[in-house]
Amino acid sequence: MGRYVIRRLLQMVPVFIGTTLLIFVMVYGLGDPVAAMFGDRTPDPATAAQIRHDLHLNDPLWQQYLIYMQHIFKGDFGKASNGQPVTELLGTAFPVTLRLTIMAFVIEAVVGIALGLFAGLRRGRFFDTGVLAMTLLVVSIPTFVTGFVLQYLLGVKWGVVHPSVGEGAPFKDLFIPGLVLAGVSLAYVARLTRTSVAENSRADYLRTAVAKGLPRRRVITNHMLRNSLIPVVTFLGTDIGNLMAGALVTERIFNIHGVGYQIYQGIVHNNPPTVVGFVTVLVIIFLGANLLVDLLYAVLDPRIRYA
Amino acid sequence: MPENTDSVILDSAAAATSGPALIADVDKRDKPRSLWNDAWYDLRRKPVFYISALVILFLIVIAIWPGLIATGDPLQCQLINSLNGPSSGHWFGYDQQGCDVYTRTVYGARASVEVGIFSTVGVAVLGAVLGGLSGYFGGWLDAILSRISDIFFGIPILLGGVVFLSAVKGGSVTTVSTFIILLGWPQLARIARGAVITAKEQDYVLAAKALGAGHGRVLLRHIAPNALAPVIVWSTIALGTFISLEATLSFLGVGLKPPAVSWGIDISSASEQIRNAPHMLLWPAGALSVTVLAFILLGDAVRDALDPKLR
Amino acid sequence: MTVIDDISDVPTPDASLAPLLEVRDLHVEFHTRDGVAKAVNGVNYSVSAGETLAVLGESGSGKSVSAQAVMGILDMPPARIPKGEIFFQGRDMLKMSGEERRKIRGRKIAMIFQDALSSLNPVLSVGYQLGEMYRVHQGLSRKDAKAKAIELMDRVRIPAARERVGDYPHQFSGGMRQRIMIAMALALEPDLIIADEPTTALDVTVQAQVMELLAELQREYNMGLILITHDLGVVADVADKIAVMYAGRIVEDAPVHDIYAKPAHPYTKGLLQSIPRLDQKGQELYAIKGLPPNLTRIPSGCAFNPRCPMAQDICRTDVPPLHPVGTARGSACHFWKETLGE
Repeated sequence: MGRYVIRRLLQMVPVFIGTTLLIFVMVYGLGDPVAAMFGDRTPDPATAAQIRHDLHLNDPLWQQYLIYMQHIFKGDFGKASNGQPVTELLGTAFPVTLRLTIMAFVIEAVVGIALGLFAGLRRGRFFDTGVLAMTLLVVSIPTFVTGFVLQYLLGVKWGVVHPSVGEGAPFKDLFIPGLVLAGVSLAYVARLTRTSVAENSRADYLRTAVAKGLPRRRVITNHMLRNSLIPVVTFLGTDIGNLMAGALVTERIFNIHGVGYQIYQGIVHNNPPTVVGFVTVLVIIFLGANLLVDLLYAVLDPRIRYA
Repeated sequence: MPENTDSVILDSAAAATSGPALIADVDKRDKPRSLWNDAWYDLRRKPVFYISALVILFLIVIAIWPGLIATGDPLQCQLINSLNGPSSGHWFGYDQQGCDVYTRTVYGARASVEVGIFSTVGVAVLGAVLGGLSGYFGGWLDAILSRISDIFFGIPILLGGVVFLSAVKGGSVTTVSTFIILLGWPQLARIARGAVITAKEQDYVLAAKALGAGHGRVLLRHIAPNALAPVIVWSTIALGTFISLEATLSFLGVGLKPPAVSWGIDISSASEQIRNAPHMLLWPAGALSVTVLAFILLGDAVRDALDPKLR
Repeated sequence: MTVIDDISDVPTPDASLAPLLEVRDLHVEFHTRDGVAKAVNGVNYSVSAGETLAVLGESGSGKSVSAQAVMGILDMPPARIPKGEIFFQGRDMLKMSGEERRKIRGRKIAMIFQDALSSLNPVLSVGYQLGEMYRVHQGLSRKDAKAKAIELMDRVRIPAARERVGDYPHQFSGGMRQRIMIAMALALEPDLIIADEPTTALDVTVQAQVMELLAELQREYNMGLILITHDLGVVADVADKIAVMYAGRIVEDAPVHDIYAKPAHPYTKGLLQSIPRLDQKGQELYAIKGLPPNLTRIPSGCAFNPRCPMAQDICRTDVPPLHPVGTARGSACHFWKETLGE
């Protein structure tokens, strides 16, 4: 197990470098940060040259990347367009998005797995068909449409919940945004669980469990569920990144000042340090989550652990 | 296999008096068919297949000739009509700019279909070729391609889209499609790689190799037909999600931009007006959802037909 | 349709003892896309304590399905038991509640499956899977159950049981895995063991060892054993009596030595002739022509008639009943006398 962890950690290094480099190239290589800073105005050539020099923009891209990464490891993410250090923005925005993501993740995992499990056990029956139809509908309607409609109906028209999220993003205000953010993933989790349960319910070892005279509940929880959840756990782990990215949309609908809001501000105000900084941190979280999933995977499936 | 297998079986079943009958085992169907014939046989019996295929066909026709069902001009708008609800001749009402929602919805199909088809074809070709080669040859090629796809996997597609498209100042069907191909191919490459690896170890492939077939022949004649099924299924469903992705990127302000006509743009502007004019949202959002749904259902139907295990 | 009746034809070695298990006129059908597949069509057999019954047949003959019906592990639907009785220790199990039947499974009747790798749960240690029997049926603690599991592994002669109790199925060899399956079946010292092709997936040398172990343990605990197989070679050494199945029916039913000496059904005869023998070297091996029937469309009359070298008109119209042949055997062939006499 220890060797497995080390191997996975080592494999993460090139992926981390590659991913951050890719982001870096997209922002600094494809765009022109200086021209962007001035918007429609044409910058004074001397000023522009000074800025280029200060930001190392005249060096080759890979050197800029190295300098940037050095700063990052020292905890210096640069400054936002309003002069605030990006780290400060990170400190205020991440907890908010984290809460939103946790909310969405819990909804996705609990509701998704429960729906999928019951549908898989009752294949072809009414409940199963209902779950399938619902998941199709949820996947087909774009998240931002669902978001606006729910906000309008529940928040504005019927006044059941706050239409926007209050100061500090308390969990009670985050339920609807979390649900909207979780929606599509929830549908995938339900379908994946259903397929997995359906497949495993035909497995030979399950027949053995029944032949052993185990009660049905034990057959399902101890024998079927654990095997069925292996692919689901993988999906859930990789989905953490998608949820955080999806916060871009959700936070905009519900006016939540989290990561998505800050990245959006960074883009609107053409501030590369904000964008690259936030995206880099997101990528780190994403990779961390993937590692966690791999470890969990190894815990769940001994065939991987001892491979 | 004899063409008249069917009649042989019928004869023997009707009158089991004449000689030995060759009757297949219980789990096999009486008439042997290839995977594709069998899938087609299966699809023809599914209403879902017909409905989704018809919707998609209709959509493509509308994308090519929007004038067939819409007489107006999507950019010909009168501010005096701003936010007006449904009226005779304009059953879908008007948007904020005073444009006819129906006309805009019809004309918006083109952008969605273009993005969907361009990016799916690009992703499918790039992903299938790279994934197929890396699965077939393995070794260093596989190692490099797998690490590269790991890197692209490290970036959630929506996040990458916002960063990339805002950097290139995109806003056209071409830039959005290019981006989707750029970040979308690794997913298909993984599927194609897995399918090829499975197919490669099958006995009939080993047999073909043992008989001296070259790499090209083995890949095209023996592996491709069998590894193609998951690629086709995934691509069909992906086409729908790419259309949805385009709309989301447009909503975030980095996808298509006005004066382009697209469902994403219309939904985005409608959602800002949802409190005043909910009718604006209904049509573009409905059209988009039905389109995405049609592709998902088509993909599902094709998968069910191609994967006998799920029956 | 003639139903194989008169269960007194079914022999028992010791008439004074009621059989442990008695299957009477069992029918099982499956509802499939292509119609109703009649997998078992009126099967009778019985097993007493300490006795071994071998059920012989090709795949699709209904031998596994009838055993699963006895075990109560058929998926219903799609399976259905429209008719029949399964008496175990004097009670019809088909009339019991689900909970009653569950308590018999594992405790009184245990089953060994063909492919131990897929039949053991891949993500649970063998110690857990063995110990589970004691924890569920006897309420033992985790620790005691583990000790019992080690004991069991010792009994089926798995080396280093104490060290290997925490290992997972994929870490064992095929023969060892099948020993674990046997240990699991033995755990609660059941009265009856059903072994469904227990050695088919194993190497020939390992087959003999596993079969020997099974036979030895059966003698030790005086259990009834139903051995389902398609391999006549396996049967000869261990079985007391044989029931040969074809298309969901028993076509011949006899003490083991009788069948080998003189088969009374053309199908059994064909099976025996198709075993390769050393003294036949150089001659062409006999094969039964044709294929097993489609169970959704079983031929009328004797199901074997399209493949039978002796088939006459009556075979295509009348289902042969199980004719008594001597005292302790039966043959479902209109021409059993001719078959015997040849």
